[in-house]
Amino acid sequence: MIRPKGVLLGSVSIVVSFVIFVVPFLFVLVTAMKDRNEANLLQFSWPTRIVLWDNLVQVVQARDYQLVIAFVNSTTLTVCSVAILVILGAMVAFVLQRRPGRWTRIADFLVLAGLIVPPAVVPTIWALQKIGLFRTMTGLILIEVAFGISFTVLLFKAFIATIPRELDEAAALDGAGPIRMFFQVIFPVLRSVIVTVVVVQSVAVFNDFANPLYFLPGDENATVQLTLFNFSSQFTSQYNLLFTDILLITIPPLLMFLFFNRQIVAGQTSGAIKG
Amino acid sequence: MHDGYHGKNPPPLVRPTTAPRAARRRNPYPLWFLIPAAVIYTVLFLVPTFASFYYSLTRWSLFDQQFIGLDNYIQFFREPGLIGGLTNTLIYAVVTSGLKVVLGMALGMLLTSQIIGRGLLRSVVFFPVLVSTIGVGLTFTVLMNPDQGLINKTLALVGIQGPGWLTDPSLALLSVAFVDVWKGVGLATVIYIAGIVSIPHEYLEAAKVDGAGRMAVFRHVVLPLARPATVTVVILSLIGGLRSFDLIWAMTHGGPGFTSDVIASVIYKQYQAGFYGLSTAGNVILFVLVTAIILPLFYLLNRKEVEQ
Repeated sequence: MIRPKGVLLGSVSIVVSFVIFVVPFLFVLVTAMKDRNEANLLQFSWPTRIVLWDNLVQVVQARDYQLVIAFVNSTTLTVCSVAILVILGAMVAFVLQRRPGRWTRIADFLVLAGLIVPPAVVPTIWALQKIGLFRTMTGLILIEVAFGISFTVLLFKAFIATIPRELDEAAALDGAGPIRMFFQVIFPVLRSVIVTVVVVQSVAVFNDFANPLYFLPGDENATVQLTLFNFSSQFTSQYNLLFTDILLITIPPLLMFLFFNRQIVAGQTSGAIKG
Repeated sequence: MHDGYHGKNPPPLVRPTTAPRAARRRNPYPLWFLIPAAVIYTVLFLVPTFASFYYSLTRWSLFDQQFIGLDNYIQFFREPGLIGGLTNTLIYAVVTSGLKVVLGMALGMLLTSQIIGRGLLRSVVFFPVLVSTIGVGLTFTVLMNPDQGLINKTLALVGIQGPGWLTDPSLALLSVAFVDVWKGVGLATVIYIAGIVSIPHEYLEAAKVDGAGRMAVFRHVVLPLARPATVTVVILSLIGGLRSFDLIWAMTHGGPGFTSDVIASVIYKQYQAGFYGLSTAGNVILFVLVTAIILPLFYLLNRKEVEQ
């Protein structure tokens, strides 16, 4: 039952949160629709002439289609690193959860360390150079895996703890080896937490700025976040184009949000509280 | 921790009556499952972390290094531009986590009460968590423009002369911290929502029957029982706040001057300038700072929870 007080409080909250949280996004949208002169006034107003399409074309064509290359790079990075994270993270979590012992206690400690300790930048570049993967997409993918594995393992572990061991026993009785047991029996049961991991990690990797900046420099390798940052110095007097770029980069997370709202919230909270 | 009823000694997987030998030979949870992840993690995270302690004591150019003892650290603590980054990091982390706890809890209370538009409000508050930090930073840089920006223009409508949010040296760091809170408070809120809805309804009913007012219910029931949520929000926002780089870099580049530099931006600047040893010393200082703050907090907060 919602009482009149709830209606009043709700209405006030809607207005306040609209001003605080929605207006900045609307500002991005209207500025992206304006022509250059009008956009540079930085006003929060409806455009007198809508030129969103022209802006889009200009942004996409800027610097020899760099934004297109960047979207391809970001997609490659996100898809590959998240796929590796899901498979390796689930394998690690399965063994750590099912087999308590000295080795797994050390591993548990390392997982927590990975969550807390900030990575050392130049020594990581040095390590990448030693194995010949500095300035390569493969190197950056492995970096995202190394830095994201802790959170992934914690999410999977919390979920695997709720799967009864009888399931493993049944599989073992049927003669399944470890690989078959894991990939044909356990992995399918993890579906809901896999969705959570995929959504949470792909948002994190897609939005990552610092790691591509350090470990994959160079224009031809740029990810969308780096392109946006570079555009911000190039487009200082072309706010219409800068905000068109911001608008484009906000679309993938928006789609994720619309489709997976529930899993995202569930993932962020469950992993966080249990970790 | 999450093992629940499984306890320390797992029951044998295959019952001994069937095939004891085969069961022992084939452990269904092989340790080699850990190896691929462990190799990546060791090579790209553990080894660099340990190496950072050594390289922070050198003058280093990736190709050759020269051991110089504690010189990098001495330089770090002597130069105002560098040591300022340390204090700024602390200010930034404390301000952002404090605000996230207070606002996150207030929003969590609001969004678990019976109001209209609750689902919509939850989505609106949470969405900024998912969008690009760089995009948010650039947008707010424009909104915070001292003359033309939307924020100061709105303030001017009610007769307030807004400050130069990002150009005033005493304000720049706090302005960035506010944007950080704007972007991150949604995560704190959903953590609090999860914590508050897990409080058994009987407790709230009992308190009301005993004649407790709204404030009393909040102070004596919700606040202590939402403690795990508070612990999580504090630890997550401190870890994030101490490492923070993207937003500061997108909005101020550490300026004006060095007034909004944090350790992470100092690390990047020294790296760009080719002072790899000094940059790595910054990394070690950040490592020490994060562990010195997070570890005691972790044990303190978790232990109190057990005692209750």
